[in-house]
Amino acid sequence: MLISTILSEEKPALVTIPLTIVALWIAPNIIPASMAISLITVLMYAILTLSWTMFSGPTGYISLATAGLFGVGVYLSAILRGSLPIEVVVLIGGLAAFLVALAIGLLTLKLKGVYFILFTFGVAALIRSSVQWFETRISGTVGRHVAGASNETVYLLLLILFAITLIAAFLLKHSSPGLALQGIGQNQVAAEHIGVDVTRVKVLTFASSSVLIGMTGAVMATRFRYIDPNVAFNPLISFLPVLMAILGGISRLYGPLLGSLILVALQEWLITEYPYVYLLVFGATLVAVVLWLPGGLVEVAQKGYIKAKIQWIKLRMRITRLRRERQAKRR
Amino acid sequence: MIESAIDVIITGLVLGGLYALIAVGLSLQYGVGRVLNVSHGEFIILAALAAYSLYTVTGVHPLVAIPVVAPALFAIGFGLDRTLFNNLRRTSFDEDHFEGRSLLVSFGLLFVIQNLMLVFWGAGLRGLSVLNTPVEILGRRYGLNRMVTLLVAVTVSVAFYLFIRHTRLGKAIRAAAERPDMAEALGVNRKRVLAICFGLGAGLAGLAGILYSMMFEIQASRGIELTVVAIVVVVVGGLGSITGSLIGGFLLGLVISLVNFIDPSLSLVAFYLIFIVVLLVKPSGLLGRQIHAD
Repeated sequence: MLISTILSEEKPALVTIPLTIVALWIAPNIIPASMAISLITVLMYAILTLSWTMFSGPTGYISLATAGLFGVGVYLSAILRGSLPIEVVVLIGGLAAFLVALAIGLLTLKLKGVYFILFTFGVAALIRSSVQWFETRISGTVGRHVAGASNETVYLLLLILFAITLIAAFLLKHSSPGLALQGIGQNQVAAEHIGVDVTRVKVLTFASSSVLIGMTGAVMATRFRYIDPNVAFNPLISFLPVLMAILGGISRLYGPLLGSLILVALQEWLITEYPYVYLLVFGATLVAVVLWLPGGLVEVAQKGYIKAKIQWIKLRMRITRLRRERQAKRR
Repeated sequence: MIESAIDVIITGLVLGGLYALIAVGLSLQYGVGRVLNVSHGEFIILAALAAYSLYTVTGVHPLVAIPVVAPALFAIGFGLDRTLFNNLRRTSFDEDHFEGRSLLVSFGLLFVIQNLMLVFWGAGLRGLSVLNTPVEILGRRYGLNRMVTLLVAVTVSVAFYLFIRHTRLGKAIRAAAERPDMAEALGVNRKRVLAICFGLGAGLAGLAGILYSMMFEIQASRGIELTVVAIVVVVVGGLGSITGSLIGGFLLGLVISLVNFIDPSLSLVAFYLIFIVVLLVKPSGLLGRQIHAD
């Protein structure tokens, strides 16, 4: 069933997913070194955004817990990195994020709309302030040093995580849990009535997609080198994925990647000379997208492509018609 | 012991007065207009920075600047509702859809306003020292600025409560919050009321910002913290209940002041813990309408 859907309806994805991964794999060797370092940030945001859209995209439940889940990964990595190899640390980071997200999911079963948004935000803030309190009061440190990893290792690990996220997001979209999630988003009561186990689907998807967020945190800790609660649980890490998903296109596979590319490009381009302008431009773009382009930039591109294709076909039909008329006249 | 109790209560009331003002503004914008305005804190900081510049450049005292700054912010809020949020209201399918989209737009506004302020004023800390002569109350000394803040906050809260309860416009606002369609059928100009509410929210943020500028050091990037304070107070008081926000503000101010007295590093933890527990146990808050469960 799954394979046949992929083959029949989503043929392009079978080509584009491997193509994207290979392109991202080769990219650091071709482009200048400074840009290759920015690609790390692009990948980080792309993973966070894409895994955020897995749950929040179809259901419409906007989660602001990302910074909390990310920070849990960062902190575990900082604590365990000295004694364990990085792969194990990443796995533990993912597992911890899964458990935290599972708890959040079970606690928020009855909360909807704005209440869900506020609760997830509050949980992330509570984790952050508790860690801050623990660090200053109990362990007596402000921040922690993390044994670093080379940029190549970080990039490779993030690329693997990104590939997993992309494939998982694609499979989820074309499987029965994915359809169930969409049903929940459109009408939860109706979904329940046709036999969807709403609680299980919601909680498990939220927890599973959070694994990738925790893993990314664990990888990024080795890149930050020095962390404190303000770095690990930076609230922007909760906000930016939402904005990038909306900007790029929330229901499309490549929307998040496009959104992160644009944000990081703006950041790199403007941060040295006009440090604040990139977020200003970003905010203004977000307002414009929500007001006028509800499908995000990817949809705009797709619509443009389809329009161009239609025009092209029309033009070709016209040419053939003209030719035929000319032939008829000659006769 | 009694002395420290008085200390905790007075500090709590000062803090609570500020919280209440901040929260009522947001409560108006969300309770009536359904806009969970996460850029609320930016309006507060904007007013604080404006008061700072007015004082340092022209020498106008912050308290004198209130009649200029607060109406200016009212105008900005009114204009934003008329343009952005009115457009959103027209193009959304239903209330939930509008809530989600307006939240995202206010996120965009947060980034725009915050970074405009960073461009104009920079990221540094700015402090005003006005009214810092000590006054003696019950044998303890407090800064005059804190007492003025408390006085202004209480006066404005009471005045605002009376305005909402007893004036024609106040009644229209409550009607539009409780039964939008019915209010409209009975001749309330909903569009105008919503824009006024958003404007009043921004104006109250302006007032709170001026009081803030007299008590704390101002930093352009601090707006989000104030938004969080407003959201927590509004949830504790009950989303959509204006009286609830007033009571919730003073209550939370007292609690935080008590926690601060016991262990200052725990105050944020306590703050978020209260927030989460209220959301879990009684999402409708102290005085909120019962939210319909699914």
